[in-house]
Amino acid sequence: MSANNFEHTHSAHCESGVMSSMLRHYGINLSEAMVFGLSGALTFAYLPFVKIGGMPLVAYRSLPKSIIKKIQKNLGVKMKLETFSSKEKGQDRLDELLKEGKVVGAQTSVFWLPYFPEDMRFHFNAHNLVIYSKEGDNYNISDPVFETTQVCDKASLTKARFTKGLMAPKGLLYYPIEMPKELDLKPVLKKNIKKTAKAMLKTPVPISGLKGIKSLAKSILKLKAKDKRYAKLYLGHIVRMQEEIGTGGAGFRYLYASFLQEASEVLDGNDVLKEASKLMLEVGDKWREFALMIAKSIKSKKEIDYKAISDKLLEIADDEAIVYKKMLELK
Amino acid sequence: MDIKSVPQDNSPVFEGGKKAIYATDEDGKVKVVGSSGWEAEETVTKQALQDLEDNAKEAYCAVKKGEKSPLYYYMFALRMDLQLLAESTGFFKWTIKKDFNPKTFSNIKDKRLEVYAEALGKTKEELKVLEELDYECE
Repeated sequence: MSANNFEHTHSAHCESGVMSSMLRHYGINLSEAMVFGLSGALTFAYLPFVKIGGMPLVAYRSLPKSIIKKIQKNLGVKMKLETFSSKEKGQDRLDELLKEGKVVGAQTSVFWLPYFPEDMRFHFNAHNLVIYSKEGDNYNISDPVFETTQVCDKASLTKARFTKGLMAPKGLLYYPIEMPKELDLKPVLKKNIKKTAKAMLKTPVPISGLKGIKSLAKSILKLKAKDKRYAKLYLGHIVRMQEEIGTGGAGFRYLYASFLQEASEVLDGNDVLKEASKLMLEVGDKWREFALMIAKSIKSKKEIDYKAISDKLLEIADDEAIVYKKMLELK
Repeated sequence: MDIKSVPQDNSPVFEGGKKAIYATDEDGKVKVVGSSGWEAEETVTKQALQDLEDNAKEAYCAVKKGEKSPLYYYMFALRMDLQLLAESTGFFKWTIKKDFNPKTFSNIKDKRLEVYAEALGKTKEELKVLEELDYECE
C-alpha cells in the first residue's frame, strides 16, 4: 500500500486490470472479471486485410480503450481523458495530478517500459497502467499484468507515453471524476451478457464473432500452399494473440467464465449463468489444446497437419455457440 | 482449467515473474493464479523473437557489406519493420526505403535524422554508424 492507500492487484489483462483497481480506489469494488464482462469486452475478430508485422489482425477482445468507454456508459462513471500536444505538457500534467493525490491511468507503449523483461518488449502502443505516486524523478507504477508494483524513470515513462504510430497514446491520462451514487448491477449484467452472446452468434460479416473463428479456420487450411516458415509464424501469431498478450488464458475465455460465475452470484445464484460459466471453462480448455497443437507443430520437423488444427478451431466455434445460446436463455 | 493444472514451466521469458491466469479451485470457484510460464506460449514467443533476431542479423550483414545504410539495421534491431518505422516517423515507406541506401543516408538532413533518432530511441550519432556485433557474416 502506498501513501495514498492505493492497492495493487495482479490481473490478467491491462485495461480491465487498470479499470478494476482504479474503480476500487475511487470507491466501487468490482473485480477485473466484472469490469471485463460489464464492458462487453469479449469478442473474436479476424481481419485478414489489416496487417501487423506482416500478420493479420486476430483479436480475442474488443478494441483498445473500449473497456474505459463502456464502463463509463454502463455504470455511469464519469472519466476524464486527457491527451497532450507536447511531452512537456504531458509530463507537467501528470505531476500536477499526482500532487493532488490522484491515482491516474495511462496508455503507453510496451516496448519502451524498462521494467518489462527483454523478451516481452514488443511494439504495442495500447498498454495500460496506473501511476500512483512520484518519488524524486521516478514514478511508482501499478502495472496490472505484473505481480508487484514497478518503478519507472521519468525519461522512459515519457518515451512510452509519447511513442508515435498505430494507436499512439499521445500521453493519454485518465481518471474518474464522478462516481455513480447508486449502482444496480443486475439490469446492466443481463443486458451486457445478452449483448455479448448476440454479437458472437449473429454478426453477419465473416470477420467477427463465431463466423470470424470459422474464417480463421479456413485461412489455416490455405497455409498448406504457403512457405513453411511463414505458415509457422502465422500459427504462432494466433497463439501469441490468444495467450502471450495477457488474456488470463485461452484468449479471455477463462476470464469471461469467471465473470459469468460472479454474475450468477449477483443474480441470486442464477443457474443459467452458472451452467454457462462451466461451459465456457470447457471451451477455454479447448482453446488451450488448440494452442498446444500449434506449439507442437511449430517445434516438430514433420509435416504440419493443417486440417487437424483447422478442425479443432471449427469444433471450438461450435462449442462456443452452445455457451452463447445458453447465455441467451437468461431471463 | 484446474488450479493444479495451471502450467508452472518457469519460462525464461518472464525473468522470474508470473502471469495471472484464471482457473478453478477445489470449490469450483474461478480465480487468479500466478503462472511462471507455459511451454506452448514460450514456444511462440521465442519463435517471434527468433524471427526478429534473424531479420536484424541479416540486416547487419547487408550493412557490413555496404549494401544498406545503418538505419536499415537499427530498424530491425529495435524490433521494427518498414511499416512500423513509417508509422512512428510519419514518413512514407518509399522515402524511408531511399534512406536505406548508404549514399542517400550519408547525406541525410539533420532534421530528418532527428525524427529517426526519436522513433528508434537512439542518438543521431549512434544511427550513423553500425554497432559492432559478435556475429560472423557469411
